[in-house]
Amino acid sequence: MEKFTSHTGVGVPLRRSNVDTDQIIPAVYLKRVTRTGFEDGLFAAWRGDDAFVLNQPAYAQGSVLVAGPDFGTGSSREHAVWALQDYGFKVVVSSRFADIFRGNSGKAGLVAAQVDEKVVQALWDHLEANPGAEITVDLEARTVRAGEGAEAIEDSFDIDDYTRWRLLEGLDDIGITLGHADDIAAYESGRPAWKPVTQRA
Amino acid sequence: MGKTLAEKVWDEHVVRSTEGEPDLLYIDLHLIHEVTSPQAFDGLRLAGRTVRRPDLTLATEDHNVPTVDWDKPIADPVSRTQVETLRRNAEEFGVRLHSLGDVEQGIVHVVGPQLGLTQPGMTIVCGDSHTSTHGAFGAIAFGIGTSEVEHVLATQTLPQARPKTMAVTVNGSLPEGVTAKDLVLTLIAHTGTGGGQGYIVEYRGQAIRELSMEGRMTVCNMSIEWGAKAGLIAPDQTTFDYIEGRPEAPQGEQWDAAVAHWRTLVTDDDAVFDEEIVLDASTMTPFVTWGTNPGQGVPLGASVPSPEDFEDEQDRVAAEKALAYMGLEAGTPLREVKVDTVFIGSCTNGRIEDLRTAAAVIKGRTVDPDTRLLVVPGSVRVRLQAEQEGLDVVFKDAGAEWRGAGCSMCLGMNPDTLEPGERSASTSNRNFEGRQGKGGRTHLVSVPVAAATAVRGTLSSPADLEPVASQGGN
Ligand code: SF4
Repeated sequence: MEKFTSHTGVGVPLRRSNVDTDQIIPAVYLKRVTRTGFEDGLFAAWRGDDAFVLNQPAYAQGSVLVAGPDFGTGSSREHAVWALQDYGFKVVVSSRFADIFRGNSGKAGLVAAQVDEKVVQALWDHLEANPGAEITVDLEARTVRAGEGAEAIEDSFDIDDYTRWRLLEGLDDIGITLGHADDIAAYESGRPAWKPVTQRA
Repeated sequence: MGKTLAEKVWDEHVVRSTEGEPDLLYIDLHLIHEVTSPQAFDGLRLAGRTVRRPDLTLATEDHNVPTVDWDKPIADPVSRTQVETLRRNAEEFGVRLHSLGDVEQGIVHVVGPQLGLTQPGMTIVCGDSHTSTHGAFGAIAFGIGTSEVEHVLATQTLPQARPKTMAVTVNGSLPEGVTAKDLVLTLIAHTGTGGGQGYIVEYRGQAIRELSMEGRMTVCNMSIEWGAKAGLIAPDQTTFDYIEGRPEAPQGEQWDAAVAHWRTLVTDDDAVFDEEIVLDASTMTPFVTWGTNPGQGVPLGASVPSPEDFEDEQDRVAAEKALAYMGLEAGTPLREVKVDTVFIGSCTNGRIEDLRTAAAVIKGRTVDPDTRLLVVPGSVRVRLQAEQEGLDVVFKDAGAEWRGAGCSMCLGMNPDTLEPGERSASTSNRNFEGRQGKGGRTHLVSVPVAAATAVRGTLSSPADLEPVASQGGN
């Protein structure tokens, strides 16, 4: 995984709450067996609509998505995270994320930055008034920043310490866990005999 | 201070715990299917890693498989590749797989319990959010993403932050004709789709105790629809009776040892939950959704709400968008809403008990000529059992389509989909925009409501149906 310290890019205001995983990428796009190429399915149902925010040239190169509460509810499909990344998003800002989505983001290297609802509102207003405006997401300092002068928005965001550390270091979870192989083996030796198995030696 | 059930199960699985880091949790059972696993196996191959415990891993084909002509090669080449990839991976890594055509094939959350692999006190994960279903047995069971699938394959563990605990206590008894599905839809309408976020929820109280294992699975299945990490129910005699004698259940002395332990898996009297919700089952009625998330539901006897009914600005906007998508007028009685397709199936309501309930309503009646009824058993075992009981004949005689096992129209990944603008009454768990096909409109309902709706062609409960002629006394 690549290290993530800070990112500055075009902010995309997605004025919707409850953007579920079927909205982010419908099931028909999940048939690929590779890890990339999911950008075609991103927000597929809305992409045909000219008014949809990503169809407006100012936002098309966006890399910081700003969405309403309960972003990523629904399915466990990590494809939702991959689709956002494959399109070019590095960060999603929302006032509340579904647990599995947040977990998947952390594993795949997409920053899920949780902010106060009024920060989302302020960012939406700012991005709509200034199409193509950039947002800076600083993982080191845990802040989101946009705008300048009197209109500047700056606030902190929530992300759990462990995920932040892993993202900053660009660490692969499996590698970390395999470092504890002795603990795992010790645990296994104490498991009760009646626990089920799917195949016997 | 005592412990909650969830805390007991959690603590029994901690491999390693360090301040400032998530717990490393041992996983007793890892279930796999074709959609969320290919990239995980690829990752293993790239890193030169193996599956640590193939004997704690089980794969089945469900999301993408056709429910007709299952003995022929899958027509859609992309779907076929995905299924064939799973077969190759299972072979290469030594994972037990139940393929299309196998008698144990079916929806992963139907297959686990049916084989007796799902047992109390376990940790169970799967790359599918409805893994929460297995919590009905007193297990901690939750959905994971593909990176985590790879992690479990490689290590049989998962780093997990300890969730908070919540109790949902449902007092009283469900009235006649009101089901576990109505109970959980009522709960979600009460809490909203984010109400369970960050919690492992224990469902308890008289109404929960009185549910069959199938009903308990329906409730736990939908835990994820209100955002809970997992949902579980303390095991009791109902649980033990369901497991005993199943192919992978413990036997003889092992059974006694297992049951002795399972009996300890209850929340201690002095345990404290971080949060508690109390509901009264006796006031519940058949419940249906009108909107595009599972929290947008009302009693079947009610009318489509108006956006103005919502105080919260976000809810009002969401309601407006949902009504526009659903093509519904505020104020329309739900009983007058015409339905094109009825889907009975999925990991929420595709078990044998569900099919028996549906058949009891349909028997001697016919499906409305303008409505299509699709009955999709959750597994091949369920299909065979239903056929043995003659339920398939009841459905076919009424004009329904009797299908093979799989997820089918629950997520519209195989050819079973709604057309744009088509409306369904569905026993599945998600009414998201486009979930059952682009532009499709979904009403989530219980099995009796689905069956009655198929007969009348509008959202209905069995109480709305004319008596069956042969019982009419002519
Ligand atoms: S039936 Fe539906 S909810 Fe259940 S596993 Fe299949 S797709 Fe997921």
